[in-house]
Amino acid sequence: MAFDLDQPWCLDGRVALRPEPFGALLYHFGTRRLSFLKEPLLLAVVQRLAEHPSARLACEAAGVSAQAMPTYERALGTLANSEMIRVRDERDLVR
Amino acid sequence: MSVLPLTAQFARGLSAPICLTWELTYACNLSCVHCLSSSGRRDPRELSTAQCQAVIDELERMQVFYVNIGGGEPTVRPDFWELVDYAVSRRVGVKFSTNGVKITPAAARRLTGTDYIDVQISLDGATEEVNDAVRGTGSYQTALAAMSHLAQAGFRGFKLSVVVTRQNVGQLDEFAALARRYDAQLRLTRLRPAGRGASVWHELHPTAQQQRQLYDWLVLHGENVLTGDSFFHLSGFGQALPGLNMCGAGRVVCLIDPVGDVYACPFAIHENFLAGNVRDDGGFARVWRESELFGSLRQPQSAGACTSCSAFDACGGGCMAAKFFTGLPLDGPDPECVRGHGEAALAQVDASPPVPSPDHSRRSRPVPVTIARRRPPDRACDQSPLAEFGSGAG
Repeated sequence: MAFDLDQPWCLDGRVALRPEPFGALLYHFGTRRLSFLKEPLLLAVVQRLAEHPSARLACEAAGVSAQAMPTYERALGTLANSEMIRVRDERDLVR
Repeated sequence: MSVLPLTAQFARGLSAPICLTWELTYACNLSCVHCLSSSGRRDPRELSTAQCQAVIDELERMQVFYVNIGGGEPTVRPDFWELVDYAVSRRVGVKFSTNGVKITPAAARRLTGTDYIDVQISLDGATEEVNDAVRGTGSYQTALAAMSHLAQAGFRGFKLSVVVTRQNVGQLDEFAALARRYDAQLRLTRLRPAGRGASVWHELHPTAQQQRQLYDWLVLHGENVLTGDSFFHLSGFGQALPGLNMCGAGRVVCLIDPVGDVYACPFAIHENFLAGNVRDDGGFARVWRESELFGSLRQPQSAGACTSCSAFDACGGGCMAAKFFTGLPLDGPDPECVRGHGEAALAQVDASPPVPSPDHSRRSRPVPVTIARRRPPDRACDQSPLAEFGSGAG
């Protein structure tokens, strides 16, 4: 499934994220899968997802250029497929 | 996007381990012939409940996602469940290895329903005969009862954890069927010559032909089977197996033993690989980040005799502990090198290989050097050296 940059996204609540010199490690307690963010800019994007109305705006806020956007779209798509990130919904509004 | 490949980044070390093994006790109701930690008797210096809780607090601060708890048999510690609850309350996940002795129906229900707990039941034969020959009489039935309790409690996807040996490598399909029957996931790991395993390794490790058979089976079924990345030496056959395919000792992996000693890897319980103790000033974090041993392991390593081998990029020279305890140089080939260099090197070892230490085997039951049919009860400990890896992003 193609990743929708214009939806609001966030880190899944069952995911722990640990910054590392190369980027970050992610662990999903539900799927028990480990994954990694291979560079700091992607980490900056993921950390901003929940604060912005769309993934595209989170990317822009982190400093991703228009040319680089497709690369980040793919990377976020990988994270979405492995359930590390999810679309925000009404659950997130009642906090 | 990154300058270095991820494995090269990992080889330089991380701010905290990815896969931390913590053996809670050397006490065990079994005495498996190949126990990696030579367990049996409790060590009087083992960490107290409060000291264990302090370690968990530190793991929380270091953002260690989960610990692989083993032993010995960790569940025989009277405070085992208290420590599990404590870790979960700190959002430090617990995967624990057990022979199943304490997994009653009530315990199984208690374990079900939190994402933060995972269970690995150790079994080293798909039949009672093959299993009990190494793990001890009754251990097969104990493990199956535990699996049945977990399945009945609705614990989906617990692990059936198997150390692959010469005697059980022909049962891989049966192990897979057994896992399916209990809604478990099969996990296969490599037999290392660690602990008591050092004295039986020559009789138990798969033959060259069996290694090929294992590799082919993993290529075919690898998607559904966990290996803890432990068969990376087999990648020399061709297609790399899933995982990082690197030795993680002191880089992404380490061991905390029951007395708080920190070793580079669960299979390297020997003073040469001892980095410090969690009770030292600065605790575990300081040992992980500043110990001289781990610092040296994070430097580029010499490939030695393997430099010119075309398979080196795939196998990376194999397992440090396997080389060490079979008397091979650390920059030489793995004893199970798929190109046969290990066998040639082993034939040239003249001095006695280093002896794993310390030894907590029961004195009343000296460790046999040959595999006999009727064996005292035993317990295999089979911690994974690396976490199970998903696909990377970015």
